[in-house]
Amino acid sequence: MKIGILAVQGAFAEHEAVLDALNINYTEIRSIRDLQQTFDGFILPGGESTVQGKLLHELHLFAPMRQLIADGMPVLATCAGMILLAQTIEGQDTAYFATIPITVRRNAYGRQLGSFHTECKYRGIGKIPMTFIRAPYVTQACDEVSILSTVEEHIVAVRYQNQIALSFHPELDYDYRLHQAFLELCKQ
Amino acid sequence: MGNRYELNKQLAQMLKGGVIMDVTTPEQAKIAEEAGACAVMALERIPADIRAAGGVSRMSDPKMIRGIQETVSIPVMAKCRIGHFAEAQILQAIEIDYIDESEVLSPADDVYHINKRDFQVPFVCGARDLGEALRRINEGASMIRTKGEPGTGDIVQAVRHMRMMNSAIAKITAMREDALYEEAKQLQVPYELILYVHKNAKLPVVNFAAGGVATPADAALMMQLGAEGVFVGSGIFKSGNPKKRASAIVKAVTNYTDAKTIAELSADLGEAMVGINEEEIQLLMAERGK
Repeated sequence: MKIGILAVQGAFAEHEAVLDALNINYTEIRSIRDLQQTFDGFILPGGESTVQGKLLHELHLFAPMRQLIADGMPVLATCAGMILLAQTIEGQDTAYFATIPITVRRNAYGRQLGSFHTECKYRGIGKIPMTFIRAPYVTQACDEVSILSTVEEHIVAVRYQNQIALSFHPELDYDYRLHQAFLELCKQ
Repeated sequence: MGNRYELNKQLAQMLKGGVIMDVTTPEQAKIAEEAGACAVMALERIPADIRAAGGVSRMSDPKMIRGIQETVSIPVMAKCRIGHFAEAQILQAIEIDYIDESEVLSPADDVYHINKRDFQVPFVCGARDLGEALRRINEGASMIRTKGEPGTGDIVQAVRHMRMMNSAIAKITAMREDALYEEAKQLQVPYELILYVHKNAKLPVVNFAAGGVATPADAALMMQLGAEGVFVGSGIFKSGNPKKRASAIVKAVTNYTDAKTIAELSADLGEAMVGINEEEIQLLMAERGK
């Protein structure tokens, strides 16, 4: 099995550390050449979605990656990654991959002073640690989207077809259960 | 400390592989964001102009900072003077995302740095070597950058600082554990921080390059020397074509080992900032705050 980790900007090394611990192969995706191999899943890491979105286009990664995701490639997206997958981003006319029919709010908890850590229930797994860093959350989701977790009435984790999008950062908390669940999806 | 400090270190982790740009107006902030900056540093005058103007240089007008906060969705940082905790309190009150306790401004205290553990918002501090970096971390900094020499467009000092940091880390990693106590004494830092470096072969926080970055090649050089991201101050808005240069530096940081791409990025960028050589400068900002 091989996972492609988007590595144009952000906390991709933290996801790599999790995959190392789980003994899973991965490649960093930084340029179009990196897409010449076959992958069983993609990870879209945290970082700044404006930067990642812009670099996806300028490095010519956008169209091929979007096609692969639309065709069913499993994806685990954290924080900025959730924004990349959302069909609608509040307050702006354009979106990025737009492959999950949800609306997200950027910096939904405010500035860095609003960042927080908590523990909450995640469907099918139980209580897990959750770290929110200038995080987005989902304000609207279509019926076909499964809601996997809500924190104080805000949707923070969803699944749509093979895509899992999270507001928080499981890669920062040394709890590998979410990655393991994603890898199960990649095996199918 | 505790939870909040962890969250603050983690915000710096999200900035990795990115470029933080100095901006002085909301318009510049917008240009920086569109060019792919992962954060902006709001300040009244960029270092090159601070150098040219002389005089005392202070924290920016909160109104100007607010204007920038309202314009962009990326994190907004701002500088306060070394030791000026009242300026830092003001920046915290306007919910800045990161405070840079910076040698670029005139120091307010020639002995003490700010006790950054007293604050909820994160701090980034400059360092020339491992000792300085760990002393700032002990005071509560959750991110480090090289001091370099701001406003010069000369990369030599940032390179020197990054190399000094790397060689000290390599030395400590290779030491016997019983030699670490003496090393902690020499560097004037707590043993626990030295032990962390010994075990992990890196700083306990994210480390960016800053001070003198003017070209995509400069940025790639610093990344290859181990920087986890880059600050660009005067290099962008003192150049002929800020938008193009900013965007090229962003891409060079992402693909910092891909010389072919960087060659394309370096072509036709217009004039780089004129710059001043190290020997020609009167004021060494890196000497401020040790």
